[in-house]
Amino acid sequence: MDIHPVAKITDIKKLKLLANQIRQDIIKSLVAAGSGHSAGPLGMADVFTALYFNLLKHNPKYPFWEERDRFVLSNGHICPGLYAALANANYFPRKELLTLRKFGTRLQGHPHRTALPGLETTSGPLGSGLSQAAGMAYALQRDKKKSRVYCMMSDGEQEAGQTWEAAMFAGKNKLHNLTGILDRNNIQIDGHTEDIMPLEPLKEKYEAFNWHVLEVDAHNIQHFINACEEAQTIYEKPTLIIAHNIPGKGVSFMENDYEWHGKPPTAEQGKIALAELEVLRKKIEKEVD
Amino acid sequence: MGTINQNAHLKENLFTEAKKAKTRDGYGKGLVKAGEKFSNVVVLCADLSESTRSQWFQKKFPERYVQVGVAEQNMASLASGMSAAGKIVFISSYAAFSPGRNNEQIRTTISYNNWHSLPGKEINVKIGGAHAGISVGPDGATHQALEDVGLMRLQPGMTVLVPCDDVECEKATLAAAEIPGPVYIRFGRAEYPSITTEKTPFQIGKILELRSGKDCTIVANGPLVYEALLAAKKLQGKIDCQVLNCPTVKPLDEAMLLQAVKKTGCLVTAEEHQWQGGLAGAVCEYLSGAFPVPIRRIGVQDRFGESGEPEELMKVFHLTSDDIVKAVKEAVKMKRK
Repeated sequence: MDIHPVAKITDIKKLKLLANQIRQDIIKSLVAAGSGHSAGPLGMADVFTALYFNLLKHNPKYPFWEERDRFVLSNGHICPGLYAALANANYFPRKELLTLRKFGTRLQGHPHRTALPGLETTSGPLGSGLSQAAGMAYALQRDKKKSRVYCMMSDGEQEAGQTWEAAMFAGKNKLHNLTGILDRNNIQIDGHTEDIMPLEPLKEKYEAFNWHVLEVDAHNIQHFINACEEAQTIYEKPTLIIAHNIPGKGVSFMENDYEWHGKPPTAEQGKIALAELEVLRKKIEKEVD
Repeated sequence: MGTINQNAHLKENLFTEAKKAKTRDGYGKGLVKAGEKFSNVVVLCADLSESTRSQWFQKKFPERYVQVGVAEQNMASLASGMSAAGKIVFISSYAAFSPGRNNEQIRTTISYNNWHSLPGKEINVKIGGAHAGISVGPDGATHQALEDVGLMRLQPGMTVLVPCDDVECEKATLAAAEIPGPVYIRFGRAEYPSITTEKTPFQIGKILELRSGKDCTIVANGPLVYEALLAAKKLQGKIDCQVLNCPTVKPLDEAMLLQAVKKTGCLVTAEEHQWQGGLAGAVCEYLSGAFPVPIRRIGVQDRFGESGEPEELMKVFHLTSDDIVKAVKEAVKMKRK
């Protein structure tokens, strides 16, 4: 059977509008769920958009297509963002986003691979995703497949030893088909990362593990796409993209506040958030092409 | 009067001529056989290729052998990823580290990741736990995994195998590659009498009756199977013991167990593992609801191991045929008159 990937969207304005819709879907699903993480998914909404609408070679009708690129979400707790991206990419109906975390849902509190089409791994406990992604990249490379593997990690999980075991393995095996995306928002549940456990210098750490490292503003979709494309030109090393972002991006009262790492908006807060995002959407629409 | 089951095809003159062999040699041979049968078998090792015997696979299939260094957590999740990309992956280390150290990675990225898989999309990771039990000997308690069977048995969807000798271990290793989903294969370091043969039936999920008997059932796995046979021989003429080899702790062959205790009315479990959580745990949990009979357990009695020679430790920890003899007498005495 001949399977083709979905067409890439290259129009940045269209991608921005999609990112805005994904943010609104994140808010709606979190309000309906009554629990879950807000800041992380909003901070990564532009990256999820770039991945599912521009970068990934995939087709939602054939989630097991062998030639597909793989996206591994290591920081499973920001799954409301992944779910919203998958729904908007037609992996399942958008209205199902309102079942997040409820009994019987396919949208488990942390993602479960076999529950929902489009998920590549089960995740939640931090520090395991890079290993799984490296395993996939290694096997695909040995089988001479052209598929790429993207792995999103939180900054907090750079504190987990297993992350560095995986980084060492990827460096040793020159997994050039592996791109790590570090969700660098400087917050974790208990506070700011540099107070909990200083992570810097992150760039130099990964370079010391034989990775190619790039740093981008994660809210600049074009720059993020460019970085991922640069990663495809590096043949001797895996690439890490440190994706600097504002946690809670798009909702003024959530931005840069670690209190919003692990809680959802109330119904009232949800309304305010959606109104703010609606204002932003109109602004994007007015932007000159 | 009970006799050795001829259909089990055990070695002839078992008690005088059975040669000792390393169970892990069976793992090494099984890996090679699995590699020959399936071109997508990959073997990972965490810096223990000689002692786990995974180096035999490395020699034959260097391009399918992956050295991951001292990183058992990474090894488990790497294997999960490789399996998701189409491989059957064996991960080899000491049981104390894998599944000891990487229990959570096995739970989340292998067992739960596999849970409710579509047919053909399972996470096919096979965990080889070497140097299990106190018979590791001089290395001491840090390296003597005594809780690994319990850990693995508690994970939904995990198959747990504890072969009794090198020949059975080879069959178990190949069988692990042949079934979908995660499997744990546990084996020790020391040499044990090699009691089974090529012809001895082996099927995952099946107990094999090695000796018939009407007074008491002894169900054993690992090196305690030989001890159980020896105990039955020692009791010959006094107490007629049935001996069952139970290499699959999960899924447990409940039908065979039920049939056995309905006949004999009492039971002794024997394993080189904590006497909670492993084979004893599985058997007691099942029989307490299905057909309660007096049960005595031979196993390590809720303590850590220590350094010593394997045979010496087996005596100190009450894991010998004499200990089984004593337990059988107690179990028979507990039967309701």
